[in-house]
Amino acid sequence: MAFIEIEDLCFAYPSTRGEKRMVLDHVNLSVEEGEFVALLGTNGSGKSTLAKHLNAILLPTSGVCRVAGIDTRDVTRLWDIRQTVGMVFQNPDNQIIAAIVEDDVAFGPENLGVPSEDIRTRVDGALNSVNMADFQKFAPHLLSGGQKQRVAIAGTLAMQTRCVVLDEPTAMLDPVGRKEVLDTVRRLHQESGITFIYITHFMEEAAAAQRVVVMEDGKIVEDGSPKEIFCKADAMRKRGLDVPLAAEITWRLRKQGVRLSENIVTEEELVVALCR
Amino acid sequence: MPIELKGVTYTYMRGTPFERTALRDVSLTIADGSLTAIAGHTGSGKSTLVQHLNGILHPTAGEVLLDGENLAGKGKEARLARRKVGMVFQYPEQQLFEETVAADIAFGPKNLELPDEEVERRVRSAMEFVQLDYETYKDVSPFQLSGGQMRRVAIAGVLALEPKYLVLDEPTAGLDPRAREELLRRVTELHRKKKLTIIFVSHNMDDIARMAERVVFMHDGRVLVDAPPAEAFFAEAEIREAGLSAPSTVTLLSRLKENGLDVDADAFTVDEAVKRIAKAIKKKGGASC
Repeated sequence: MAFIEIEDLCFAYPSTRGEKRMVLDHVNLSVEEGEFVALLGTNGSGKSTLAKHLNAILLPTSGVCRVAGIDTRDVTRLWDIRQTVGMVFQNPDNQIIAAIVEDDVAFGPENLGVPSEDIRTRVDGALNSVNMADFQKFAPHLLSGGQKQRVAIAGTLAMQTRCVVLDEPTAMLDPVGRKEVLDTVRRLHQESGITFIYITHFMEEAAAAQRVVVMEDGKIVEDGSPKEIFCKADAMRKRGLDVPLAAEITWRLRKQGVRLSENIVTEEELVVALCR
Repeated sequence: MPIELKGVTYTYMRGTPFERTALRDVSLTIADGSLTAIAGHTGSGKSTLVQHLNGILHPTAGEVLLDGENLAGKGKEARLARRKVGMVFQYPEQQLFEETVAADIAFGPKNLELPDEEVERRVRSAMEFVQLDYETYKDVSPFQLSGGQMRRVAIAGVLALEPKYLVLDEPTAGLDPRAREELLRRVTELHRKKKLTIIFVSHNMDDIARMAERVVFMHDGRVLVDAPPAEAFFAEAEIREAGLSAPSTVTLLSRLKENGLDVDADAFTVDEAVKRIAKAIKKKGGASC
């Protein structure tokens, strides 16, 4: 059994006018523990709605969502689900609640009733793994956007969640902040084996994942490695999405008859191919 | 007449322990009909700067002149001058509040006490410009729209004020690639067709590379670079100092050059970059791979 199992999942937001708008339309997806999956799609394609099913913020209208074998509709297991899957949202200012960084990271484990000496260890460990240990006594509002998002990630790590879902964590950040967050996620993925689901509109970030899932109109329409997905530049553009710059340039050069492998996705690969 | 900032300094919470100077002696002239991008990392002072352009903030020292009028003035002229500037804040869709799209867009012009027909004309034309069909969307609640559509409604609300100058603070943050491209195209069109003077703040250098005529990099409350894109994007040291990164096209071309491909690394748009690379491959003798 896979770590995340979504079977025939449908979701419709309740509407006052009676008509139902399907936001998720018979979605099937399974993710193994330890995978790093990028989730792409235009605004309104259902990415965030799907993400919110993973820790039971939303429950399926029909179909099933199982996380670590637990059916998210099982209200008696709600706490287990929330401890298994952590969320990091787009706006860092909406998810940091305490006046001191370490208090914010401790908030989750405190609520779980973790003994206080364990909380200390967890908080220190979590801040260390996002490289924010030097800021433990800081006031969060004095941090940069990238630092705040790393604190938010530390907050989920302190819960010892096995899976972290990040919903456009870099949309509000400057280039330096974006790099900090992505580097942190990549490193944590390699070191800790945590499962990451990473929603983004930046194709370069998606190219760093192991697997890319593309959504359109509430359905999953593509699912494959970054190479498989991004070598189809025109198909992606038709969906209102984009491809990393290296893939775009490769695609255009190939169209002009330049002999290049269609599997080039990263800048590194393009440089190697062209400069040999 | 241009927008002129003369020696503008701004200090937040002056006289308190939290005192912080966000702008230091900034002088900048923004010509009529120009399209200027202001870039800088978080905390560089760019948002503080644009808030001076319509008198939300007044300089601690120095002055801001708009069509020759000091925006900090108290009289009717200063008030009218401030109205010439339309300001689209970050995440403007968070400011939507009316029950219908049309009512939300009409809110500004109504407050200007314009006659009803004029308000309606402006709402229609603003909606047409952001490509929201009037009949389809006028009675829809803005809260039922997608993120990209909500942002267009918010921008239409500012356009309906028919400003002479339009300031956009991070207009594409959080939009998907199609919506982003669409929005940038619309903004460029406003500039070309309606001759609006546009100032947009962004830390997305790829967006800036696509449209700006002039680029200002802010760092630590000062103007670090003020130049046309062809110069600004290649000022490596300054870009690094400002905590930014060059457009990905520029970085890619310079990496190709470093690694031995004889390519002219002076382009910053994707079209131009592809041309330069194709030319370099031909020179090299046909194909690689």
